[in-house]
Amino acid sequence: MEDLTFDFIIARYNYWLVITLMMTGFYVVVSRGNLIKKIVGLNLFQTSVFMLYISAGKIIGGTAPIFTDNPDEVYSNPLPHVLILTAIVVGVATTALGLALIIRIKETFGSIEEDELLKIEHDYDTTGKMPTAEGRP
Amino acid sequence: MLEQLTHHLPALQTVIPLIAAPLCMLFGSRHIAWTITLIASLATFVISCVLLAQVIDGSVISYHLGGWEPPLGIEYRIDAFNAFVLLIVSGIGALIPFYAPASIKSEIPKSLHSYFYTAYLLCLTGLLGVTVTGDAFNVFVFLEVSSLSTYALVAMGAKKDPRALTSAFNYLVMGTIGATFFVLGLGLLYILTGTLNMVDLADKILLLEDNRTLNVAFAFILVGLGLKIAMFPMHLWLPNAYAYAPSAVTAFLAATATKVAIYTLLRFLFTVFSFDYPFEVQTLEWVVLPLAIMAMFAASIVAIFQTNLKRLLAYSSIAQVGYMLLGVTFLSKTGVTATIIHLFNHAVTKGGLFMAVGALVLRYGSPNIEDLRGAGRQMPWTMAAFVAGGLSLIGVPLTAGFISKWYLISAAFEANHWVPAILIVASSLLAVIYVWRVVEAAYLQEPANPTRQIKEAPPMMLISTWVLIGASFYFGIDASFTTHAASAGADMLLGSVDNSAHIILEPSHSLIPHVTPHGQE
Repeated sequence: MEDLTFDFIIARYNYWLVITLMMTGFYVVVSRGNLIKKIVGLNLFQTSVFMLYISAGKIIGGTAPIFTDNPDEVYSNPLPHVLILTAIVVGVATTALGLALIIRIKETFGSIEEDELLKIEHDYDTTGKMPTAEGRP
Repeated sequence: MLEQLTHHLPALQTVIPLIAAPLCMLFGSRHIAWTITLIASLATFVISCVLLAQVIDGSVISYHLGGWEPPLGIEYRIDAFNAFVLLIVSGIGALIPFYAPASIKSEIPKSLHSYFYTAYLLCLTGLLGVTVTGDAFNVFVFLEVSSLSTYALVAMGAKKDPRALTSAFNYLVMGTIGATFFVLGLGLLYILTGTLNMVDLADKILLLEDNRTLNVAFAFILVGLGLKIAMFPMHLWLPNAYAYAPSAVTAFLAATATKVAIYTLLRFLFTVFSFDYPFEVQTLEWVVLPLAIMAMFAASIVAIFQTNLKRLLAYSSIAQVGYMLLGVTFLSKTGVTATIIHLFNHAVTKGGLFMAVGALVLRYGSPNIEDLRGAGRQMPWTMAAFVAGGLSLIGVPLTAGFISKWYLISAAFEANHWVPAILIVASSLLAVIYVWRVVEAAYLQEPANPTRQIKEAPPMMLISTWVLIGASFYFGIDASFTTHAASAGADMLLGSVDNSAHIILEPSHSLIPHVTPHGQE
């Protein structure tokens, strides 16, 4: 195992950024009760993985991966970029679906706070009734 | 023309439902959408039968998408194992169009029916795609196609119970975390090896010695897929999602979605990694084994105390996932065979059970056991199906559940793990309790409302329920097909037979496949 020297840490700065971003996103998802904030946290979390892929595909001094006449041209690895394009599409779809669900939840329950939703669901369980528009928190 | 079509079967398997899905939405009419769904799902079922017939002897089909050769191009790779899983998924998928119309009529507003069929076909596409592909990143994409449509399907239960919305949201959050962990693990594997083709990954991983990045990648993949298969204690999304989704959706998901995720896990455990990789063996023995046993007990005990029948069965599913994982941890061919057999048997049994419950919910309007009192007399055929499925869940002889447990216990003895063997029997007794609770309410108690006339379930629902329940008996009496297919699949996974591709289909270069005899590759 290599020693955790200053150079070792600096040379891998992209990984540290990814880890920080990922843990921030994960923390937001777990700790926030507001559903929209959860979705934002989820986005951060996914973006960190995108950055991991993209930074791994970068070659120092490399240009965009486009064929030129120069056979010695150094270019970045295009495959991770393509993969992440797909993953971004998946991420956008997830966010869209999550937000659509939040709208429906707001319409039905009148709240998007997790603790209030739990209380409304508990009342629904015992009384079988949803709160009316006036009774909503 | 027909010959050309047969060369594209692996791709058509996913392409047919994928194209059919938007058609359902474009036509808008629920009758046309239903017809399209029926045709597409029957077509995938036929294709999977043909594919299984081609590979059951141990040959492997490698289909190069767009004619790009693997490992650079995406490869669809079909062997005895995934052809068997394809058969399960498409078989149950083909029953759903028969079951769904009567069931969703009362649960989903009519204007949403064509969307229901669209989402259902997309879900089917994703599940079949995960199973058929040989490319690790492609697995992620298909997994998300199926998951995203599943979230939408679960949310469609909102008319009946608004909690479907919050459970779909929780499922979305947890499922996305799982998928992101999974794709992070893949990213680390890609950084290490520079490839995403599963077979190629396996070759390159063998060359890596003890490597911490590899261990981290393995852990991320295990946890990510663990969330998708509802591995205890990552099962929290499952009970609510199953309980509040429309009945047809619950039946489909319980029978296929977690099974496909377990398939993916097995694919990664054995095809990509292998028992030669010490970290995997340690993880299975010290992490997965205790969790599997805890799932068998904790989830079964929780199931006993449920008042909602759908939730009861959902918890029972979590316990069954425990059995499937337990089989793998015995680190033997018998263990893996037991897992694959149970994967099939449980899909059939739980699908049938949830279909029976869907019929009860349709007539009684409530999934609570209390409201279903007297159902044994008012809906005799549906309740009989439930009892028969319950017997298979417990593992009574002559049912499919018995065959799974028999294999599991023999695998446990073979590995000298006699404690898990006893625990398997003990946890089956817990299943007796929760099934009995329902039987007691349905047969021995007076109806909750004796004046209310309850009709037997609609014939199409009853027939599809009984097809699955009948299958669970058939495969309990004559298990030669399941054991043969499962042991061929286990051979393929453990690499004890030659698993190089024998039939290579390269569509754009030539429509005639290069067929090479066994082992000449």
